[in-house]
Amino acid sequence: MAAIEDAVDLRSAAAEQAHDLAVARKDILRIATAGSVDDGKSTLIGRLLYDSKAVFEDQYEAVERASAGGDYVNLALLTDGLRAEREQGITIDVAYRYFSTPRRTFILADTPGHVQYTRNMVTGASTADLAIVLVDARKGMVEQSRRHAFLASLLRVPHLVVAVNKMDLVDWSEETYEAIRDEFTSFAAKLNVADLTVIPISALHGDNVVTRSARSPWYDGPSLLHHIEHVHVASDRNLVDTRFPVQYVIRPQSDEFHDYRGYAGTVSSGVLRPGDEVQVLPSGLTTTIAAIDGPRGPIDEAFAPMSVTVRLADDLDVSRGDLICRPTNAPHVTQDVDALVCWMTDEPLRPRQRLAVKHTTRTVRAMVKELQYRLDVNTLHRDASADHLGLNDIGRVRLRTTQPLFVDDYARNRVTGRFILIDEATNSTVGAGMLIPGS
Amino acid sequence: MTTPDYRLSQLETLEAESIHVIREVVAELERPVLLFSGGKDSIVMLELARKAFAPARIPFPVMHVDTGLNFPEVLEFRDRRVAELGVNLVVASVPEAIAAGTVKEEPNGSRNRIQTPVLLDAVEKHGFTALFGGARRDEDKARAKERVFSFRDEFGQWDPKSQRPELWDLYNGRIHLGESIRVFPLSNWTELDIWQYIARENIAIPALYLAQEREVVERQGMLYAVNEFIRPRDGEEVRRETVRYRTVGDANLTAAVPSHATTVEEVIAEIAVTRMTERGATRGDDKVSDAAMEDRKKEGYF
Repeated sequence: MAAIEDAVDLRSAAAEQAHDLAVARKDILRIATAGSVDDGKSTLIGRLLYDSKAVFEDQYEAVERASAGGDYVNLALLTDGLRAEREQGITIDVAYRYFSTPRRTFILADTPGHVQYTRNMVTGASTADLAIVLVDARKGMVEQSRRHAFLASLLRVPHLVVAVNKMDLVDWSEETYEAIRDEFTSFAAKLNVADLTVIPISALHGDNVVTRSARSPWYDGPSLLHHIEHVHVASDRNLVDTRFPVQYVIRPQSDEFHDYRGYAGTVSSGVLRPGDEVQVLPSGLTTTIAAIDGPRGPIDEAFAPMSVTVRLADDLDVSRGDLICRPTNAPHVTQDVDALVCWMTDEPLRPRQRLAVKHTTRTVRAMVKELQYRLDVNTLHRDASADHLGLNDIGRVRLRTTQPLFVDDYARNRVTGRFILIDEATNSTVGAGMLIPGS
Repeated sequence: MTTPDYRLSQLETLEAESIHVIREVVAELERPVLLFSGGKDSIVMLELARKAFAPARIPFPVMHVDTGLNFPEVLEFRDRRVAELGVNLVVASVPEAIAAGTVKEEPNGSRNRIQTPVLLDAVEKHGFTALFGGARRDEDKARAKERVFSFRDEFGQWDPKSQRPELWDLYNGRIHLGESIRVFPLSNWTELDIWQYIARENIAIPALYLAQEREVVERQGMLYAVNEFIRPRDGEEVRRETVRYRTVGDANLTAAVPSHATTVEEVIAEIAVTRMTERGATRGDDKVSDAAMEDRKKEGYF
């Protein structure tokens, strides 16, 4: 049994410094990691958590006890999952982990490599700013690495990092690193990967994870942690196309706020300011923004991903599922949706199937009009003869919806270009869609 | 509060995400309820609910699963906050369920397990379809894998092997009759985020969270303040120590930690240098087994 810890000396320099670092203004970087246990992914995550001091003593002691007898403390055990998983020797699902440095806080979606890889990777990558794909230096780029890089690019994760792990097992060979780097770079060029960084590491020993290692004098790039701390993400967002899906209508119906009528929602993209001329879809009516209320009262401007309440100058009929935009820059209003769909359930997707589509705050019914092709995620080959999409398949699908949707291409707008598919009989989420330009 | 490059800070991002989640539930589910214990996480969650609908009132009631083992300061706080916000309070009482014979007291004195059937009965009685809980993913490895919208069957059970995929911020709140969704708006918050937000927004909290001198006994490597439910046992030495509570659970099982933090800012400094997880440091009931939380969740616990 652990002894009771002494009270922290709050007058110590350490406490003062810890406080100042804790309250320093940071932003959030969302990361998805992909790779299998064999690639050393759990060791890498354990290393990041441990070296950034996100691991507490009681957690570390448990891991230390479990690693007794080995040469190293097995940091991979820090990411140990559920008993249900240990019993079956599998990793079930995406796990979320948290750590921070003085500059940033990180939300890491740890996605298992083997079972349900597509579904899990797509889930983890959907919100990610950056994806880390692990490659074993001894094996080089394998099918799974290509698949992970492809899925990250499909989800338009803006930054991709390839961590070439186990460099210690190839004697820190510069040639090995360069061969993997060059192969990945030419593959990534086919995938719309805007920003690729390839880092040689040893997760087990910590080389190039937090600090640059003396074992790779030929490598002049950043350590992994330095890279994710400094990667420039401000320009990843769309600040041009104003899109505000109405989520909920706020009407206090109290004496004090008798005439208050506010449209609550989360800004998808662009910037909204009081006085802006706006258009409401589907009605097409125009008005101006009278005021914007944030969590602490009226604000001068709102941008993604702020949750705000917009008040309009005119009394229009606006409800959940409507969208506020600028009259000069509106999304496509359409009932025909072309999209790449990732299918996530055993029962296959087939033409003529009926599904519910949830797109921003709007849910409509849809029919699968056409399955144009199924994509082989390993070769990128398009199979136009496919007549269904099975579990974890990705294909190009055309949907016809009962009501119009207000959409942009996913490549331009990750918020108004995405949707989920719901089976109305089981209520399960069965697919994820990303809009692409129609043919 | 905004910066020229249109970036939100981590607290502003988390706040926006939580408000989005809370609004989405109210828009899509018939009868939500917010679980409010008077602990710091549910206090922050309630504050976010207030902000989500201001200047209107919070459009759902709050519920307290009352184990009958409360710190009196926390109950007072609960009632005061509920009155200030003008929300309805539903109390699901474990002592009443024990008296009625629907649940039985466990030999170790913990009512952690038996509060689950009491919760589920209250959910059924009131027809609640969505339950907001203040759990965070950084608390426990079972929670690390749980969705923001966590589907529960008609028995309130969590099945980690068949969770709905959850993509982007497109939450699926569809359920059949009798089923429900547990919703965790604070999923991505850490303990430190909670405290920073309390400081930044100047949110009132029960005084238990701040250090004061109390009579304590040492039991199984933890310090328990002497109260209505914790009486010194034979051979236990009562001493005076300056302690605070890092979590507030049942008064018979929640330990205090030595601390000099008498302000929220000092609590932040303390947590920033502390090396123990909050549950590991303070919860007798989580020490039962490595998978204690996983097991409880499968039975319908939060």
